[in-house]
Amino acid sequence: MAEKEVLMQIKDLSVTYETRLGPVSAVEGVSFDILKGEILGLVGESGCGKSTMGKALMRMIQPPGRISSGKLIFDGEDIMTYDENQMRDFRGRKISMIFQDPMTSLNPVQRVDEHLVEAIQVHEPKTKPSDALGRSNTLMERLGIQKQRMKNYPHQLSGGMRQRVMIGLGLVLNANLIVADEATTSLDVIVEAKLVDQLKEIRDEFGVTLLVITHNIALVAEISDRVAVMYAGHLVELGTVEKIFDNPLHPYTYGLLSSVPNIKLDEREELYKMGGEPPNLTHPPKGCRFHPRCPKAMPICETIEPQFQEVARGRFVKCWLYENHPDKTTKKIEVAA
Amino acid sequence: MSASLRRFIITRVLLTIPMVLILVTMIFFIMRILPGDPIRSQLGPRVSEEQANALRERLGLNRPLYVQYFDFLWDMVTLDFGTALTQGERPILDELGERMPATIELTIPAIAITAVIGIFSGAYAAKNRKKPVDYVIRLMSIVAYSIPVFFMGLIFQILFSVRLPVFPLAGRMDTLMMTTFESRTHFYVIDAILAQNWKALGSVLMHLVLPSVTLGLALSGVFVRLTRVNMIEMLQSDFITAGRARGLPERRLAYRHSLRNTFIPILTLLGLQFAILLAGAVLTETTFSWPGVGRYLVERIQLRDYTAVQATIAVFALFVAAVSLLMDILYAFIDPRIRY
Repeated sequence: MAEKEVLMQIKDLSVTYETRLGPVSAVEGVSFDILKGEILGLVGESGCGKSTMGKALMRMIQPPGRISSGKLIFDGEDIMTYDENQMRDFRGRKISMIFQDPMTSLNPVQRVDEHLVEAIQVHEPKTKPSDALGRSNTLMERLGIQKQRMKNYPHQLSGGMRQRVMIGLGLVLNANLIVADEATTSLDVIVEAKLVDQLKEIRDEFGVTLLVITHNIALVAEISDRVAVMYAGHLVELGTVEKIFDNPLHPYTYGLLSSVPNIKLDEREELYKMGGEPPNLTHPPKGCRFHPRCPKAMPICETIEPQFQEVARGRFVKCWLYENHPDKTTKKIEVAA
Repeated sequence: MSASLRRFIITRVLLTIPMVLILVTMIFFIMRILPGDPIRSQLGPRVSEEQANALRERLGLNRPLYVQYFDFLWDMVTLDFGTALTQGERPILDELGERMPATIELTIPAIAITAVIGIFSGAYAAKNRKKPVDYVIRLMSIVAYSIPVFFMGLIFQILFSVRLPVFPLAGRMDTLMMTTFESRTHFYVIDAILAQNWKALGSVLMHLVLPSVTLGLALSGVFVRLTRVNMIEMLQSDFITAGRARGLPERRLAYRHSLRNTFIPILTLLGLQFAILLAGAVLTETTFSWPGVGRYLVERIQLRDYTAVQATIAVFALFVAAVSLLMDILYAFIDPRIRY
């Protein structure tokens, strides 16, 4: 793969929610780069923190949650230092977001074109309404929404059309990065397939970068250039889609891929089920957060957290299997006093 | 107007007929079950039986009850309402025609005050949820909601017209001006403007302040709470989050996107509260000696003026029905998802 420029750098990002049971770290110490023009798939089970991460990239974590540490460097600037106003201007213009439910993500009493014109005018107050409307119509035409549909209200559109409107809203301000949070989950498979193709086309046509957050491994395989796997608030593996699917390094990734039904699966062979459940994040396990479910767990996994490190070019994993530690060789580890 | 909207309106209008019929029937019989009658209230206790019977015969109260009932219904159908039984026995339409404008002149600013105070402070509280201002607004709304209207009126009278003589105590305009003021529409505001009598207009407006604020405030409490709750729910909805992700300002998200979506429940309540508004008008008019329909109703109940009470209640019912129909039609303009 040709070397690509970095669009956004996430450095040691942690998001903490204050709950009555104490602080919950929904995302902890996550670092990775988003490359210009790529489609990065972010996968993980429900509750692993992937949606929280998507929101955190736009600093949209609502209390009682907050970004407790980390840097978000976008185009060389740390957006964590932005004030509310700069942040408001940043959202929509640099990063925009497409949400899971297109049924509820549009204002029910606003027409489609009003949504787009509003977004343009809020960010570019000098634009004339007629120009904003013209721009919206042209864009939406390219996305396959005819002009006469622009006067419709959201409830008059199908789910797929609404999601295209959401995409249009993400593109209308020429945002560099679009975060698609489970954007295809609520659509049926045929509409979903079309939307996936469309997302790819959009990337090629508009040169945007896409972060696709999903629990759907098949979708990730189909759409992404690179894949990031999250587990219990940690990023556990990152690499190109081919490498990850051919040779998953982290036992969690391996388990995740094995639990996808395969048409070639022998009838007698049972679908792999990962044992155990994701941990309760109020009291995450010590050491590697995956170790209680890990078939390859070693003593060290129970006590010391592995580093998220590059094991091959562009290939990152957070696992003791690929990391050396002086204590690793010892079969039984005495817990230091 | 679409055919379905027309059908909807016609159905609703037809439905008001049984509603009004049931209501006036109940009033008809309840008034006659109550102790006392219009004869005694007019002639006093010491009148001879012959005199009483003579009046009873003249008013038609000696006829069998069912005859009176159907006679009254026929009057209703012809929109005639008959004549009052007491106090000069004038046609009821004339009497209501003089008093209804006074009540409307009071209720319109009252409902405006209710809506403005209720919706704005509710929305503001929702936007500043759990901040001190939210608690203050909520507390005030409970206070406004729980104080009886007449008591609030009395307090305002003491504060703003006795202790601090800013506003007049009672009535619709200065008594001295009344003598030269010619009322054609019985809406004093309109009359004063038509006559270009600015002094009179000032007096009328000053007289309106205390009663309309009293009535408006008393009703605003429930609107504050309704608006607040619905706004809070709206502010957490997906499309607000999506709007925030698009970089829309919080102010715009709250007052433009959320508020408009909460208008449906607000409008519903406004329609329902209209009935309570009329009931509140009865008390407010009594407190402020406001010569409107509310006070008229109280007087005539005390006089056991059967026909006047029946007619007034019927007019109230028609009003409430008309307002709730209007609200239902307005829904479709506010929310495009509603179609008739």
